[in-house]
Amino acid sequence: MKKLIGIAATGAMLLALTGCATSGNAASDGPKPLDELVVGFAQVGAESGWRTANTKDIQASFEEAGIELKFSDAQQKQENQIKAIRSYIQQQVDVIAFSPVVETGWDAVLNEAKAAGIPVVLTDRAVDSQDDSLYVSFLGSDFVAEGEKAGQWVLDEYADSSESVKIIQLEGTTGAAPAIDRAEGFAEVIAENPNLEVVASQTGDFTRAGGKQVTEALLKSNPDVDLIYAHNDDMGLGAIEAIEAAGMEPGVDIKIVTVDAVKDGMQALADGKINFIVECSPLLGKQLVDIVKQINDGEAPEKRIITEETTFTQEEAIEALPTRQY
Amino acid sequence: MSALAKMASNRLFWPVVMLLVLFAINLVAFPGFFEITVRDGQLFGSLIDILRNGAPTLIIAVGMTLVIATRGIDLSVGAVAAISGAVACSIILGSPAPGSLATVAVAITVALLISLVLGVWNGFLVAALGIQPIIATLILMTAGRGVAMLITEGQILTVNSPPFKFLGSGFWFGIPVAVIIAAVVFGLAALITRRTALGMFIESVGINPEASRQAGVRARGLLFAVYTFCALCAAIAGLILTANTAAADANNTGLFIELDAILAVVIGGTSLAGGRYSLLGTLVGALVIQTLVTTVYTVGIPPIATMVFKAAVVTIVCLLQSPTTAEALSGFRRRLAVRSGKGVAAS
Repeated sequence: MKKLIGIAATGAMLLALTGCATSGNAASDGPKPLDELVVGFAQVGAESGWRTANTKDIQASFEEAGIELKFSDAQQKQENQIKAIRSYIQQQVDVIAFSPVVETGWDAVLNEAKAAGIPVVLTDRAVDSQDDSLYVSFLGSDFVAEGEKAGQWVLDEYADSSESVKIIQLEGTTGAAPAIDRAEGFAEVIAENPNLEVVASQTGDFTRAGGKQVTEALLKSNPDVDLIYAHNDDMGLGAIEAIEAAGMEPGVDIKIVTVDAVKDGMQALADGKINFIVECSPLLGKQLVDIVKQINDGEAPEKRIITEETTFTQEEAIEALPTRQY
Repeated sequence: MSALAKMASNRLFWPVVMLLVLFAINLVAFPGFFEITVRDGQLFGSLIDILRNGAPTLIIAVGMTLVIATRGIDLSVGAVAAISGAVACSIILGSPAPGSLATVAVAITVALLISLVLGVWNGFLVAALGIQPIIATLILMTAGRGVAMLITEGQILTVNSPPFKFLGSGFWFGIPVAVIIAAVVFGLAALITRRTALGMFIESVGINPEASRQAGVRARGLLFAVYTFCALCAAIAGLILTANTAAADANNTGLFIELDAILAVVIGGTSLAGGRYSLLGTLVGALVIQTLVTTVYTVGIPPIATMVFKAAVVTIVCLLQSPTTAEALSGFRRRLAVRSGKGVAAS
């Protein structure tokens, strides 16, 4: 591993040298042709199927656009990511993009990038910094909007219902941003209909086992529940197991709404065991390419760009499943 | 009175009381708590859930009890559980017939064999190299999850294999398979260590390794055996956990289960200083922990407060069991008795 990093570092230095030699016409005067653009991307790692799909999509999108992409994998470590960003600064790439592993501790390295005049784009995750001039744009999902979309489906589904609708919420890891925001967005929307009532809300830690155990226990104390809203697909998949074990039919006796749309979740949706999935898409490569082009043309991209995301019903899932990348 | 005092001095007394109190809280929050019905020929009810979900913790805690009795500790059980689940799932996924009994048998056998190797590794570090158990097993605790991640390539492996799933969520004669497995592991451990001198040897190594060596107890072999047994227990639990959701999740399978297992042992009255151990106590301890989890759900304690609630319960159990508190309490009671006695005499 060390050897590899060594080789990469030497390569980076060589590139930096050649970079110096050819950097006579600096980036600031007018747009460069696309095939001369170089973008450095520092990825978090490969911790989940979601992340792998994210990486593949970004690589494919840049290849398609004919823009050179330098890619590094930080294996979930901030220091690796900072090293990668420093090497991109030395190589004088045109744009640096990265998904911060953690929220804090980026000011120093981002200031270096700013001093070198290299614009930085954040993808998928935000940084927590007082100084928002350190990056030009943040491209990622809006978790509150995801909660709202889930809530909207529930609102529409039970629009004609005059009886009380009992809802169980399976929360993500306590304190995690997606868990807080998805709960908030959902609660705001369903408040419109007083018949919709969240009877229990417990954390399933974003895992299948957690979702299953919580659902099992809650089904005993609330056997007449109508709907389960899970903050991610995995907990929803756990809930399916628990509902089946209780001798009921998931998707029919108890409806399920989840967020994410990973492959296993989409399969369950297509099989009729989940009723609705709000997408949290890792496929933000195209939008990232657009931002890079905008910067190259001298335009200022929006400070906050929300990933293009959709929602899936059961019919849409059957259609989308064969071409699903993740 | 003396019978009650005798009962209270039993080290199982307070854990059992705690378990009953938790049951009572559940019953108040949810009157149908004790109801057990037969649904599709399977037992169904909250108590059954507690037994089934508590089975993996109990299995690991049985292994942990023996390790702790030798004055050791095994922090690597969660990682071993993750590895065994990852190995089994990747074998099943890689085979042409994931649903066949033979494939599942091979997967389980390989996973268990690998756990034996991991257990021997722990035993080697502790017994042969003399590394402190907490450090020795910490190595596998951190490295093991990485190994599991490598096996699954960082993805959640979902398997569609009914025979494998049977292990986690199946029923046999109406009883959950996981509970039967836990009962067998518990029964075997109790039988082997309590019906032979083995248990006494383990305790003697825990109390005084040097004295027991001079008395002719082969401490080294014994340590190898308990760490290997503990790893085997962890692997069995890992298979049940993985089969429960039919998916190997290297990041989350058995995460922090080592702490639950150690807690179960401690609640059961076995001292971390080694020596005397109680498997029955461990059983009660594991039930207390699982009931605690269920209580959080049925009572509807908000997730933000869950950790505080659990900590409070565990603190109470530990306080009640502590000899110092027992001393203070009995002193208080004696003073009370003396005072009321005086009152009677005066009137």
